[in-house]
Amino acid sequence: MKLQALRPLDRKLLRDLWHIRGQVLAIGLVIASGVGLLVMSLTAIEALEETATAYYERYQFAEVFARVKRAPEHLSARIAAIDGVQYVQMRVVRSAVLDIPGFEEPVLGQLVSVPEHGEPILNRLALREGRYPRLGATDEAVISEPFAEAHRLGPGGRLRAIINGHWRELQVVGIALSPEYVYTIGPGALMPDDLRYGVVWMGHEALQAAFDLDGAFNDVTLGLLRGTDPETVVDRLDELLDRYGSVGAYARKDQLSNWFLMNEIQQLRTMSSFLPTIFLAVAAFLTNMVLARLITVERSEIGLLKAFGYGNARIAWHYVKLVLVIGVVGILLGWFAGYWLGLYNTTMYAEFYRFPFLLYRPGPGSFGIAAAASLASALLGAITAVRRATALPPAEVMRPPSPPMFRRSRLARLRLTHLIDQPTRIVLRQAGRWPLRSFVTSAGIAMSVAVLVISMQWLDAITHIVDVYFLQAQGQDLTVGLVEARSSDAARGLSRLPGVLSVEPMRAVPAKLRAGPREEREAVRGLPAHQQLHRVYDAEGRAVDLPPAGLVISTMLAQLLEVRPGDEVTIEVLEGRRPVVRVPVVATFETYIGSPAYMEIGALNRLMQEPPSVNAVHMRVDPTEQAALFRRLKQIPQVGAVTLRSAAVDTFHETMAKTILIYVSFFIVFAGTLAFGVTYNAARIALSERGRELATLRVLGFSRREISYILVGEIGVLTFLALPLGVACGYLLARWLVHAFETELYRVPFIVAPDTYGWALLGGFLATTASVLLVRRRLDRLDLIAVLKTRE
Amino acid sequence: MLRTRNLTKVYRTGEVEVHALRGVDLELRPGELVVLLGPSGSGKSTLLNILGGLDTATSGEAWFEDHDLTREDDKELTRYRREHVGFVFQFYNLIPSLTALENVELVTEISTRPMEPARALELVGLRERINHFPAQLSGGEQQRVAIARAIAKQPDVLLCDEPTGALDSETGIIVLEAIENIHRELGTTTVLITHNAIIAEMADRVLVLGDGRVQQERRNESRRPARELSW
Repeated sequence: MKLQALRPLDRKLLRDLWHIRGQVLAIGLVIASGVGLLVMSLTAIEALEETATAYYERYQFAEVFARVKRAPEHLSARIAAIDGVQYVQMRVVRSAVLDIPGFEEPVLGQLVSVPEHGEPILNRLALREGRYPRLGATDEAVISEPFAEAHRLGPGGRLRAIINGHWRELQVVGIALSPEYVYTIGPGALMPDDLRYGVVWMGHEALQAAFDLDGAFNDVTLGLLRGTDPETVVDRLDELLDRYGSVGAYARKDQLSNWFLMNEIQQLRTMSSFLPTIFLAVAAFLTNMVLARLITVERSEIGLLKAFGYGNARIAWHYVKLVLVIGVVGILLGWFAGYWLGLYNTTMYAEFYRFPFLLYRPGPGSFGIAAAASLASALLGAITAVRRATALPPAEVMRPPSPPMFRRSRLARLRLTHLIDQPTRIVLRQAGRWPLRSFVTSAGIAMSVAVLVISMQWLDAITHIVDVYFLQAQGQDLTVGLVEARSSDAARGLSRLPGVLSVEPMRAVPAKLRAGPREEREAVRGLPAHQQLHRVYDAEGRAVDLPPAGLVISTMLAQLLEVRPGDEVTIEVLEGRRPVVRVPVVATFETYIGSPAYMEIGALNRLMQEPPSVNAVHMRVDPTEQAALFRRLKQIPQVGAVTLRSAAVDTFHETMAKTILIYVSFFIVFAGTLAFGVTYNAARIALSERGRELATLRVLGFSRREISYILVGEIGVLTFLALPLGVACGYLLARWLVHAFETELYRVPFIVAPDTYGWALLGGFLATTASVLLVRRRLDRLDLIAVLKTRE
Repeated sequence: MLRTRNLTKVYRTGEVEVHALRGVDLELRPGELVVLLGPSGSGKSTLLNILGGLDTATSGEAWFEDHDLTREDDKELTRYRREHVGFVFQFYNLIPSLTALENVELVTEISTRPMEPARALELVGLRERINHFPAQLSGGEQQRVAIARAIAKQPDVLLCDEPTGALDSETGIIVLEAIENIHRELGTTTVLITHNAIIAEMADRVLVLGDGRVQQERRNESRRPARELSW
């Protein structure tokens, strides 16, 4: 397109834009950050939701789940008769210790039965390789894909499992994913660990036989008719299953894998509404600042246009077009970045949330919303500036603006000013002359510091969780879970194994805790009064001793049940003799993960009306004998699970390194863009306003360094004010975010390490310094002669 | 004190060459008040800029005492301006965020042998308005502050580029009186650029520039006081 083909005003527009291209780009980058973040989170939400919905539908993910000890198969007719139930799938689901050739540690497997004839009606497997187990082939197994990948097992591979106390050699016949295990997380783990936890699907009849459940099942999942309220079905199902040792039915929203997935989507939502807002608000302000300056410089041209008969609307439209171009630059950059980040983000999710397919085909919606939001913010920023341009009468705009009015501050009247040299006075008066602009510039820089604080705060919080949860609270090296509760002799037996230095018993019983109308399902864990290995720790890092009677519960549970120390709760135990007793809450403690309840182990056993028994043992182990211990543990049929603390910590750190660190680096880039965009524009405007002044000073004999001081000084003062403001905003925002991300399952502690503030300040400082230095170079090209000849 | 030999200056803008100076020979003696007279485009501003260390020559020599201004780098020229030259501009170029007194102090802070800033303002008759900001002063007052600012460092040479160009004649004369007063009191070598021939009458010597050359040089037998001028 030839420039000549354009109208003169449009040619002027293009030249204006070219002239302020640095600033256009700087604002564009801030808009792009906002748009990018928005597109990234919206498309990731869209992709996760769409993928989950399609996956759940295509593979018939159940809507209600229940586990029992043993229930007869004929019960299925009565379950099917519950209003709204469409499908009933009875299964056998048990856990087992697995032995993988070449892997020293015992692995925990979740055994799930699938019909040997035809596909299951519910929770169908997405077979990635191989086939379902055949009827009568009792040793055939399908294993979950992440688990298979972690151990490089494929069809034809072999593994061993202790099934109901007997070692069984299994042959892998298929690799699969399941909507039930999108997020596969072992009991007590915080992160998926595909090396140590896997899902193994076996033939239904084979598992029935193996676990002595002929003609019976221990797990049932239901598909519902469209429009059925799952909660009413849950209640009805509970009534039916109560006497079969049910630990309570639950709906899909409480299903662990789905819960994590939905929670992730929710967090993305929170982020999508919060962070882009900061960027777009700053972009609006920058647009205003740049446009206001441009209009001041072009006063006489505006007057001239008006004198020629251009109407206000034409002139307004001219500047609006300029803003639209800035907006479009930002939007295009943001779309590009957002698409790419969204894809990256979604692919990253796909590593933790395993889907057989990933639908990342962002619709125009996300892009449209982001574009509309950023154009709106840019135009909002332009309104006052454009209005000022149109409001001036032509004669007025033709006259040069009178020198800006300055006043002596109160400080000056205190006669303190003789301590301050003249260049510093110029700096301070300039910053004070436009307090709103100075404040908003400071606020913009402050926001970038705040973004740095909140993104790095996650690392601090996680370090703190690891420290409290894994390092302080867990003194054991490993925990051995027993298939069923055993007498406390079992603990003594385990203590005699090779390499075991000390042991500590634990008993956990599934229960419903009730207080008034409120009810929570939670295991009550019994530990010694004064724990040596697995300690009950509160968030402040204090060990909590368990009293001889009564419950010690987490503050989260206390909050859910609305009880305080001194109140009583009803414990309805869901195993053994299923006693129902009222127990006082003796103390509460703060914890980040879950909502646990503890009792002294002796008191818990008395409550169960059982002799001293345990179902897990924590151990300290001599690391040199660990391998021998693992070999022995794999031979003991009663051992249902072995979990290693160091493995859990490693997985945690590995996962964090893969995810959070990458996000933090994104945010550092975004925060840098923000600080850069704000300071670059502020410095360019300062230079534009005071180029003449600075050139005059050069003529009067000031050196380049001395005039740089004035330009850099003003930004410096604003940065100096911005840094503590940024720390304060970061502190408050982080607090708010921590609260917004809080869930029943885990809470991110509000911990900001002093280093974080330091790094955030350094980051903000470096970004502003870089942009100011970029502008400072222009001082070398100041035209000293032109400035003397012209009036501003 | 200041002398040039065969000074030339060629500006190149795109494909156009402008010969602003075509070989100027000039000598300024200490304590002289010289007016450079000429129409616009005659090269008088270019000459002043080179003498003031703001611009470099294309060829020829320009000496201030034993400094060769044509051979000095930016740093040395900055020092030359800072220590030896006082500038007065057509549009005053005051710093709007500083009061009259502070505008003067701006210069005295960085000079080696300044006078009292208040005395500089007294010399231009602005004793009463030293705490006013530029926005609170008239054009003539602003220009007198600029003169005070230029001479407060006690420069060896005072260069004034069309100091009355933006003022009406009455105010312009007050400004010229201030320059005259300074010249009398301090004996500063003063160069004044103007296209107004009447102003030339207050000079010791008048150099008429045209087409990049000194076309005429004349000495006034007696200087007319500024207050007697009118245009």
